[in-house]
Amino acid sequence: MNEIVIISGKGGTGKTSIAASFAAIGESKVLADCDVDASDLHLVLFPTVVDKGEFWSGKKARIEEGKCNECGLCQELCRFGAIRDFKVDHLSCEGCGFCFHACPAGAIVMEDVLSGYWFVSETRYGPLVHARLIPGEENSGKLVALVRQKAKALAEEKALKYIVTDGPPGIGCPVISSLSGAAMALLVAEPTMSGVSDLERAVGVCNHFGIPAAVCINKYDLNEEIGREIERYCSQRGIELVGKLPFDEAFVEAISKGVPVAEYSKGSIRNEIERIWETIATRVKKQ
Amino acid sequence: MIVSIASGKGGTGKTLVATSLALAVSKHASIQILDCDVEEPNANLFVRAPIESAEPVYIPTPQIDADKCSHCGRCAEVCAYHAIAVISDKVLVFPELCHGCGACSYLCPESAIVEANRQVGVVEIGYRGNLELIQGRLDIGEPMPTPVIRKVKTYADRQKDVVIDVAPGTSCPVVEAVKGSDYSILVTEPTPFGLNDLSLAVEMTRDLGIPCGVIINRASLSRDNLIEEYCRESEIPVLLKIPFDRDIATLYSKGIPLVERETRWRNAFLDLFDALKRGQLYVAYNA
Ligand code: SF4
Ligand code: SF4
Ligand code: SF4
Ligand code: SF4
Repeated sequence: MNEIVIISGKGGTGKTSIAASFAAIGESKVLADCDVDASDLHLVLFPTVVDKGEFWSGKKARIEEGKCNECGLCQELCRFGAIRDFKVDHLSCEGCGFCFHACPAGAIVMEDVLSGYWFVSETRYGPLVHARLIPGEENSGKLVALVRQKAKALAEEKALKYIVTDGPPGIGCPVISSLSGAAMALLVAEPTMSGVSDLERAVGVCNHFGIPAAVCINKYDLNEEIGREIERYCSQRGIELVGKLPFDEAFVEAISKGVPVAEYSKGSIRNEIERIWETIATRVKKQ
Repeated sequence: MIVSIASGKGGTGKTLVATSLALAVSKHASIQILDCDVEEPNANLFVRAPIESAEPVYIPTPQIDADKCSHCGRCAEVCAYHAIAVISDKVLVFPELCHGCGACSYLCPESAIVEANRQVGVVEIGYRGNLELIQGRLDIGEPMPTPVIRKVKTYADRQKDVVIDVAPGTSCPVVEAVKGSDYSILVTEPTPFGLNDLSLAVEMTRDLGIPCGVIINRASLSRDNLIEEYCRESEIPVLLKIPFDRDIATLYSKGIPLVERETRWRNAFLDLFDALKRGQLYVAYNA
C-alpha cells in the first residue's frame, strides 16, 4: 500500500494544510487523520459520517468498598501513585493490574475504559477515516493503529492507490504508531531554531524505524538563513527536499474559509503543492 | 504558584509564552521553568541556560534468572502490556512495551525476576540568573514520554513560582504535565483549527478542575472574534493577545525572546503574572 504519512515533529508547521491540499489534488486515495487527540482535517474536508464506533482500550482499577479491608498493600505497591485513601485516581492509574493481582481480599476490579471514537466518512475528495481521543485518555497509539487499519481496508476495498495520512505531532507513541510500515514520511519543517531541532528528532524516528523520509520547508522565507541550514542538513543526510512553501497569509485565510490552501490559492502555492505531491507520489510508486 | 502553558494544537506559541513569562519574572524574582514537552523540548533555545547537571530517567524492566524460572507463565499472564511472553521453555521480554509497573517480579512464584534500569530519557538542569530550567528529553525511538514528564515534575518547588511548558494535544502525557498546577494558560490562534483544539484543551482543564485563561497568538482584528466569542460563552478570560506580526515571527525563528527585545512585552507578561498571582484572573490585557 502506498501510504504517505505527513509529520512534523513540532505541531503547527502546516501539516494539516498540506494534507488537506493533497486531498484536493491527489487522485485515487483514502485520507486518514491520525492526529487523534487534536484532529483538524475534518474542519476543511467537512466529512459526512457513514460509519462510526467506540474505541475501548485499556483498563482502570476500582476498589470495591465493601470488600476492602484497608490493609494498604495496593497503595504501597502501585508505582504510579494512583491509590490514596483506598480510592483509585482515574487520571493517574495506568491500568497495569498490579493491585488487582496483589490484593489479598480480592477487592479490586479492572474495568474497561471508553477512550474515544472512530469515524469513516465521505468527503468531496474521497473517503476519510478519522477519530477522536477523549481528552486525557491513554492509548492514542492504538487508536492511530485502528484508523490506519480501517484506511487500509477501505483502500483495498475500493482499489484506491494511496493513503494520505495527517500524522500526530511529537516523536512518541502515536507518531511511532502512525509510521510503522508506511511507504514514506513527509516531514514538514519550519525554518526556526526549534523547527530545526524538531526536524532532526523526527528524522531520527524515521531512521530508527526504517521509514524513508522527504522534507518540505514551510514558511521558508521567514528565516532564509535557517532555511538554507535545513537544506544543507537534508543534502548531508541524503534526504530529498521536495519543496518549499512561503510564509503567506493564504494558509490562515484558507483555514478560516474551511478550504484546502491549494484550492484557495490558485497561483504559485497551488503549483508548488502540486509539484510536491507528484514528486512523492512518483517516489512511493517506484518503491 | 504553578502555571502550566498548554494548547490543544501544536505550534500555537506555547513555548513563546512559557519562556516569555519565565524570563520576564526572572528579572525581579526567582522562578523555575519546567519543559515537560519532552518529545520536543525547545524552551532552552530561548532561555539559553547553560546545563549544569543531568539525571537519566529509567524504567525498571524485568530480567529473568533462567536458573530459577520454572516457565509457569504467571508473569506473562499478569503483564497488562504484553511485555512478557513465555514460550515453552523460554521467557521473552519486550522492553519498549514495559511500563515498569513491577507486577511480574512481585508475583513470580520462583522469585526469578529482578529489575534492571533501562534508560528512556534524561532530565537536564541549568541556571540563568534567577531562572532555573529543568527540561526533560525523551530518547528517540522510545514511545512513552510519561515517566520523563513525571521525573521533571519532581523538581517543581512549590515554594517558588513555576512555569510548565506542556506538550501539544490533550492525551495522557499532557494531563501528566498539567496535573497539579494552580492555573493553566491555553495558547491558541484565531482559526477554526485553533478554536477546535482550544475547546478540547478547555474540556481537559475542566476535567482536572484547573482554572484557565486564553492567550490569542497571531491575533488579527478581523479574526479574533472567533476565539473571543467562544471565550465569552464559556466564561474564560482572554488574558493577552500577541499580534500576527512578521517581526515577532522572525525573532522567534532566531530564538530571540520577545521580552528581551521589547520592554512593553516584558511589562505585559509581568503584569499578567502578577494578576494571576493576585487571583485577578479575569483581567484582559492588550500590550
Ligand atoms: S490491597 Fe485490597 S484490601 Fe488492601 S487496601 Fe488495597 S483494596 Fe483494600
Ligand atoms: S492498576 Fe496499576 S496503576 Fe492502576 S491503581 Fe492498580 S497498581 Fe496502580
Ligand atoms: S513467573 Fe517467574 S517462574 Fe513463572 S515464567 Fe515468569 S519468570 Fe518464570
Ligand atoms: S514490570 Fe509490569 S509492564 Fe513491565 S513486564 Fe513486568 S508486568 Fe509487564
